Amino acid sequence: MTENDYDFSALERRLGVSRRTFLKFCTGVAASLGLSTNAAMAMAQAVADPKRRPPVIWLHGQECTGPTEALLRSEQPTLEHLLLDLISLDYHQTLDTGAGHQVEEIKKLVMQQNRGKYLLVIEGAIPVKDNGIYCKIAGETMLDLTHEAAEHAAAIVAYGSCASWGGVQAAAPNPTGAKGAPQVLEGKTVVTIPGCPPNPANFIGTVLYFVTYGKLPPIDELGRPKWAYGRLIHENCYRRPHFDAGRFAAEFGDKGHREGWCLYKMGCKGPETYNNCPSLEFNNLGGGVWPIGVGHPCFGCSEGGVGFNKPMFALADVKTHTPPNMFPAIEERQESSSATAAAAALVGVAVGAALGASTMAAKKLSEQEKKQE
Amino acid sequence: MSQHQPLNRRVITPPFLVLGVLFLIAVYYLGVRFVNGMGFVTNLNGGYAWGLWVVYDIVIGTALACGGYALAVVVYVANKGKYHPLLRPALLASLLGYALGGIGAFIDMGRWWQFYNILLPWHMNFNAVMLEVGLCVAAYILVLFIEFSPVVLERFGARNLRQKLNKVLFFFIALGVLLPTMHQSSLGSMLIAMGHKVHPLWQTLYLQPLLAVLTAFTMGFAVVVFEASLSSVGFGRPAETPLLSGLGKAIVGLIAVYLVFRLGEVVVQGKLGLLFAGDLGSLLFLLETALFIYPLVVLLSPAARCNSRLLLWSAVSMLFAGSLYRLNAFLITYNPGPGYSYFPSVPEIMVTVGLVALEVMVFLYVVKRFPVLHREERR
Repeated sequence: MTENDYDFSALERRLGVSRRTFLKFCTGVAASLGLSTNAAMAMAQAVADPKRRPPVIWLHGQECTGPTEALLRSEQPTLEHLLLDLISLDYHQTLDTGAGHQVEEIKKLVMQQNRGKYLLVIEGAIPVKDNGIYCKIAGETMLDLTHEAAEHAAAIVAYGSCASWGGVQAAAPNPTGAKGAPQVLEGKTVVTIPGCPPNPANFIGTVLYFVTYGKLPPIDELGRPKWAYGRLIHENCYRRPHFDAGRFAAEFGDKGHREGWCLYKMGCKGPETYNNCPSLEFNNLGGGVWPIGVGHPCFGCSEGGVGFNKPMFALADVKTHTPPNMFPAIEERQESSSATAAAAALVGVAVGAALGASTMAAKKLSEQEKKQE
Repeated sequence: MSQHQPLNRRVITPPFLVLGVLFLIAVYYLGVRFVNGMGFVTNLNGGYAWGLWVVYDIVIGTALACGGYALAVVVYVANKGKYHPLLRPALLASLLGYALGGIGAFIDMGRWWQFYNILLPWHMNFNAVMLEVGLCVAAYILVLFIEFSPVVLERFGARNLRQKLNKVLFFFIALGVLLPTMHQSSLGSMLIAMGHKVHPLWQTLYLQPLLAVLTAFTMGFAVVVFEASLSSVGFGRPAETPLLSGLGKAIVGLIAVYLVFRLGEVVVQGKLGLLFAGDLGSLLFLLETALFIYPLVVLLSPAARCNSRLLLWSAVSMLFAGSLYRLNAFLITYNPGPGYSYFPSVPEIMVTVGLVALEVMVFLYVVKRFPVLHREERR
């Protein structure tokens, strides 16, 4: 059987979506990852083939369950179905049917049976102060649980800003010594999907890639998948032309704000935050549903050291992009020159000379004519 | 024997010396410009990247230099040989006007030492309307020189070469009609590229090239009338009024077509209200349109067309109208964003004045030493 006539009928029954909807979704994910339609077909087959469903252990630390909520609330009707179908979610404190020590035992069993094969997702920060006693699950600290689960995981994904770099818990004064998973699990490769909440599309794309190809997508030095976090929000923002032209909203509701100008002066952190919000927006709603789209400056939620750290309306550091010097400089407008008396006089003299010469010539011409007559 | 002859008069006259002084002032400021940079002498800023040098020397200057183009169309395309006596001075004025445009572009170039890159195909940006204008103007200056070269060859008695040139001259004459049509319309297209910065009364996304080429063409005729009138007064030659009145007719037709499109566009696009807004834009539009209408109304009557004085005033009005049209669109009502303002500095104005003075000096020298003006007819 070739790739193209793969039978998706079983999947259609299982997920309750049409083959067309399903393939469109896979193509969309592949496209946002910057992959070809072949990759979309490979992903579709990976989902359709139930043998390849990896077991997933999902830990929750200090957090608000925002990432999980964002995932479950995605507009895409099949997204959570797809995810839950794609993976074998064996342990997830919010979604588990069972409770108490029963699920903890199942978790230990799954981890034992699938040594080196399961996917570990960490959601929430990990407090390390006083041996991590500020976050406990079933009598064990999150710190210990994280180390235990990470030991034999095939891959580790830190989902959300808290798990990626500490998030709001790690903001000063950080009484619990909260840290992100990469900082706790030093020496291990941790893929981070930061964001508060993170964009579920970034998670799905990364997991689909992992399920399809058995490896993680290319990541940067902070563990972020390059396909999603490779560029500053500033670079793809549709308000960018206003930045380049020096048109800024100065406060909520002013002329510039109503006209949709750049929010940089209101403290937008787009110039120092790496994320794909401008192109994917949020929760597949479309219609500009993301902070800058609805007129609020970017808060830098996904960028360590920016979100929860810098004051909300403080100016961002424009990291990589200052406008090329061929663009009008915004600071020199007030000094731009107006007419000096001498220059105005010269223009008057020039126009006057042209008119005067014409008058003289016209006069002489009529004299000539009269003479001829 | 040629029908043309040099004037054979003294070149160094008091007006010539005054022009020379103006030119020397320009040379001084150009020295400052090339030693210390553009910011030192011009009032250009981030919002107004194009100032007097581009808008007068190139945009208006080349339109004023369309006399050769307009007459070439009349003499060679419409085959009206009787206008031939006017052709050589018109070609000379065109050559000088376009050379001034070329110099203007060069001195206005921030990194002028990169200039040659426009001639290297692998550095060309084929999406740029500026490339079209740049190459076309450069080519046209060469073509104008070749069109004018019979005068030079006649002067030095190179008969053989002239005969050879005559065999291929038709090709350059055709080019001389084609190239200005191309770049004069492209000069209008530049306004399209400037988008919303151009005042709505001057911005039209599809008529810009047509309006530009129509006004340039009309200005070409007007400048021939202007230059012939001034020549006859200045050199005490008989007036060419009979010939010029024919050009007056062409001016009437062209202005009529232009006004239909210009005002039609304003009406169709629902911009009529802007016309009566009473602000700077509306007043300038009304002034500009009045300057277009004056020659139209005056030259409509055959009697006025034969009156050399009215003919000259109509031409002057037309020249001011075409120039104001370009000034309005490119500079006066142009709005690059809040806070910016521009008015040319004294050095900028003096450089432009000095270059025009140079143009007039060269014109005076060439008509006095080369066979440019038509032999006086005995009447």
